Amino acid sequence: MREALVNFALIALLPLVALGAQAAGETYVVTLAAKAAILALAGVGLNLALGVGGMVSLGHAAFFGIGGYAAGIAAHHVFAGTPVIGWPVTLEATDQMPLIWLAGVLAAGLAAAAIGAVSLRTQGVHFIMITLAFAQMVYYLGVSWKTYGGEDGLPIYLRNQFPGLDTGDGMQFFALAYACLLAGVALVWQVARSRFGQALAMARMNEARLAASGISPYPVRLVGFVLSGMVVALAGALFADLNGFAGPSMLSWHRSGEIMVLVILGGVGRLCGPLAGAMLFVALETLLGGLTDRWQLFLGLVLLGVVLFARGGLMGMLAGRARHG
Amino acid sequence: MAEPVLSLRGLSKSFGALKATDDVSLDLRAGEIHALIGPNGAGKSTLIGQIAGTIRADAGEVWLAGREITGHSVAARARAGLARSFQVSSLAMEIPARVNVRLAAQGRAGGSYRLWGSAARDAALAAAADAALVRVGLSARADIPVAELSHGERRLAEMACALALAPRAFLLDEPMAGLGGEGTARLTDLLADLRHEAPILLVEHDMDAVFRLADRISVLVYGRVILTGTPDEIRASQAVREAYLGEEA
Repeated sequence: MREALVNFALIALLPLVALGAQAAGETYVVTLAAKAAILALAGVGLNLALGVGGMVSLGHAAFFGIGGYAAGIAAHHVFAGTPVIGWPVTLEATDQMPLIWLAGVLAAGLAAAAIGAVSLRTQGVHFIMITLAFAQMVYYLGVSWKTYGGEDGLPIYLRNQFPGLDTGDGMQFFALAYACLLAGVALVWQVARSRFGQALAMARMNEARLAASGISPYPVRLVGFVLSGMVVALAGALFADLNGFAGPSMLSWHRSGEIMVLVILGGVGRLCGPLAGAMLFVALETLLGGLTDRWQLFLGLVLLGVVLFARGGLMGMLAGRARHG
Repeated sequence: MAEPVLSLRGLSKSFGALKATDDVSLDLRAGEIHALIGPNGAGKSTLIGQIAGTIRADAGEVWLAGREITGHSVAARARAGLARSFQVSSLAMEIPARVNVRLAAQGRAGGSYRLWGSAARDAALAAAADAALVRVGLSARADIPVAELSHGERRLAEMACALALAPRAFLLDEPMAGLGGEGTARLTDLLADLRHEAPILLVEHDMDAVFRLADRISVLVYGRVILTGTPDEIRASQAVREAYLGEEA
C-alpha cells in the first residue's frame, strides 16, 4: 500500500517537474526531466533481468546502444537521402520513431537472445564478466564501423518524428519519453505478475525449486533477458534522439554500470525504483557536475551510503521493505 | 504383476576409480513405499541424483510410467511425474509457502511463458495449491514467508509442492532428517497415506520410520543393492546385519 503511494508520487513527480520548469522558462530542466525518464526506462528494463530474474548483467549497454544506433542510422540516412540497404533489396530510411523503435527493439532482442544464450550457461561472477565481454565486442564493432562514424559516432541533426507530435519541442519530446516510461513500467509490472514472471522470480530465488516444479530455469531466464534487453533498447533509441547523437559511448561498459547504478540507487527489484534512482542520478549529475568535474566521486559516495545503510535503495527508505509474492 | 511405476535398470556411475553406483536395478510398484537404506558412503545421494536428473548415469536406464527418462533434465522429469523432496529443504525462503506450492501447480498446469494475467489471481492454480496445503495440514501457516516457518513446517511445505505436481511417483530424500518426535510422527502419517496416490521411493536414515512405513526395503552397500525384500526379510538377513548394521558375524 505504502509502496503504491510512493510509486504514484514518483510517477507524478517527473511531469510536475517538467511542467514547472516549462512554466518558468527553464527549458534545460525539461530536457533533464526527459533524460531522467529515459534513463529510468532503461533501469526499468534492466530491473526485469536484475531485480526479477536475478541476472546481474553488465552488458545491457549493448542493447541500449543498439537502440541508439537504430535511431542514429535512420536519421543519418534520412538526412543524406540514401537508403539503409541498397542491395539486394532497397530499404528506404524512415524518420518515423515507431518504425525505428520496432527495428531497434527487434535487433536488440536478437542480440540479447544470442548473448543470453551463451552467457546464461554461466552464473555469478562468470555471468557478469561474460555479459561485459559481449557488450565490449559490440562496442568495438561500433568503434570500427566507419560507415556510421566509427569512434566519432553519428550526429542526429534532426530528431526523428513521431506521428502527431513535434519532437523538436522539448516538452513534447518529454511527454513522449514519459509515455514510453509509463508503458515500460506497465509492461514490467504485468510481466512480473504473470505466470512467466513467477517462474522468472523463482529462477532468482531458488533455481532447484523451479526445476523441481517442472520448469526449466535456462529458457525462462533467456526469455527474461531478451525482454529486458528490448525495453532497454527503446530507452537507447530515445536517448539518441534526446542528445542528437548515437555513438560508441552508448555501448560502453560505463553505460551498463550507470544503468545498474541507478537501479541499485532506486532499489533492486522495486517497480519504480529506477525512477527514483534516475531522478537522483540526473539531479546529482546536474548539481554536482556544475561544481566539479569529479562529480562521480560524490555519486560513488552516495551509492556507497545507499548500499551500506539503505538496504533496498531509495525505495527501501521511502516505502519500507519489499513485499514479495 | 503390473508394470512398475519407476524402474531403475542397471544404473552405474563412477567417479574415477570409485564405483558410486554399481549396476543398480530397482522397481517402485504402484501403491508401495519402497525404502532405500544404506550406511554413509553407500552411494545413496549419487543414486538419487541419477533418478532426479542432477547426475548423469554412466550406464543404465531410468523409466517412469513406461517412458524412458534417462536423458531428461530435472524439469522434464518433474513434468513426466517425478516429484522430489530435498535432503535440505529447498524452497524460496522470502515468499510464503503458498506461492512456492502455487509454482509447482503452475509447473503441472503449464503456461509458464504466459505473459498476461496474474498468477496470484489464477483460480485453478490457487485451488491446486490450496488442496495440497490442506492435505499436508499447513493451510494456517501458508501465508507467512517460508523463512519464518519451523523446520518441520518447511518439510510439509516441500511435501505440498511435491503433491501439487500431481506426480506419478515421489522421490523423498531423508524427509525425516532433523525432525523431532512430533514432526516425524506427523510426516509418517502423511507418507503412509500418500502411497495410495503415488508410490514413494524413500531414502531415510530413521530406521524406526523406515520399518514402520516401508512395504519393501532395498539395502545399498558400496554402490550395490545387496538385498531387496520386505522389512521382515531385511531384519532377518545376516548379510544386511553384517554390512549395514555393523554386527560381527
